[in-house]
Amino acid sequence: MTITGIAAIGAGLAAIGAGVGIGKIGGSAMEAMARQPEMHGKIQSSALILAAFVEAVALFGVVAALIV
Amino acid sequence: MKIIAKLLFVNSFNVRTFAPNLKQGILKPQRMTLNTLKRTVFTVLFLSVFSFGFAEDAKEEGEDKEFDAKSMIMHHVKDAYGMHILTLNEGKDDEKHITIPLPVILWTDNGLTTFMSSEFHHDYHGHEVVEKNGGKFVNVHEKIYQLNDGETAVKLDEEGHPTNAAMPLDFSITRNVFMMWVSVAVLILIFFSAARRYKKSEDNVPSGIASFVEPLIVFVRDEIAKPMIGEHKYKRYMPYLLTVFFFIWLNNIFGLIPILNGANLSGNIAFTMVLAVFTFIITTFSGNKNYWQHIFWMPGVPVPMKIFLMPIEIIGIFTKPISLMIRLFANITAGHIIILALMSLIFIFKSVAVAPVSVAFSLFIGIIEIVVTAIQAYIFTVLSALYFGMATEEAHH
Repeated sequence: MTITGIAAIGAGLAAIGAGVGIGKIGGSAMEAMARQPEMHGKIQSSALILAAFVEAVALFGVVAALIV
Repeated sequence: MKIIAKLLFVNSFNVRTFAPNLKQGILKPQRMTLNTLKRTVFTVLFLSVFSFGFAEDAKEEGEDKEFDAKSMIMHHVKDAYGMHILTLNEGKDDEKHITIPLPVILWTDNGLTTFMSSEFHHDYHGHEVVEKNGGKFVNVHEKIYQLNDGETAVKLDEEGHPTNAAMPLDFSITRNVFMMWVSVAVLILIFFSAARRYKKSEDNVPSGIASFVEPLIVFVRDEIAKPMIGEHKYKRYMPYLLTVFFFIWLNNIFGLIPILNGANLSGNIAFTMVLAVFTFIITTFSGNKNYWQHIFWMPGVPVPMKIFLMPIEIIGIFTKPISLMIRLFANITAGHIIILALMSLIFIFKSVAVAPVSVAFSLFIGIIEIVVTAIQAYIFTVLSALYFGMATEEAHH
């Protein structure tokens, strides 16, 4: 297996991690919004920010895979 | 084009007249079948226009050389000298490139050297040698190299890097710089005309373009600046936050316009780095005693923990802007790569049958990307505001 192949696997693993993380954030945010619809706006904006944090880690992985 | 517009109009018109009928419970089956038929015809027409256009290209590509998706995508995503719009008669003798030439500005040993990018005749493999001001210049994969004395052609090593040439200092107006100036001009135009509207109106009621920008400015103020920085201090940071928000958003949108071919400014890591450095500088200089205390001597924890936390917090100062930089860069670049990769599938499989699928998928991704343009601008602004808020927070105990 070449180094680019390994890098591609790494990028895929990073994507899985981000998928799980953002999925959990999205699921909990939806649940919270269903429980308290009046907090809709606040929950949505903080969910977006948290998703950005999770995504950033995955993107570090992708960038590292690109550089290799 | 006219026919398509007409069809679109007829389609939407029918939908509108159809909707009230639905509400009243009076369904007209004939009308519905007609409607569905029209819509199907329209869809097929739309898709076939697309697939025919691409099918021709695919045939030409297949005849003389293998299609290289990776280099095509990379040349789209990266910066370049000159804006290439389209190629006519590709692969034939009378091949013609339609480009907007941009100035190349170099600082060499002989001083300032300038010429237009069109002198390379859209060559980026180093074949075309431009002689100017006593130096010979070649364009190797959108980087300009100056040939060493006595050399007449560029020699490349296995990885494609020139072995007998050096890079001069390059201040060229590349397509990214050009698009940045365009977006600056557009922003100035929008906001000055909005400001003029307010000056004219007597009761500060927004009209015209002002009624478009006011909700966005109020959004940045009420949803980003006030909750993140606090009621009392947010005003100082509003100009920066607004500038960053609109600048990133506009550049993200420009990046999605296909005819501008690679105005991928917010997918350029140098661009995002400059923005992140601004945020870093503002955060560092507006940091108060409380902020620095939390970094160097964390209050409320035992002394060994204080020592342990210090290096982590110091690293944290730098990882924040770095993650800002990489987040914007990677999101926008990834979006471009996905759309182009889906389009490349047609050429990789060399089949018209793939065209509807890949057009549909790239349309889908394109719509997601439109949302991402706004979300990434929002995220960058929110996180900048969050860091400013952390830097200016007062101790509360």
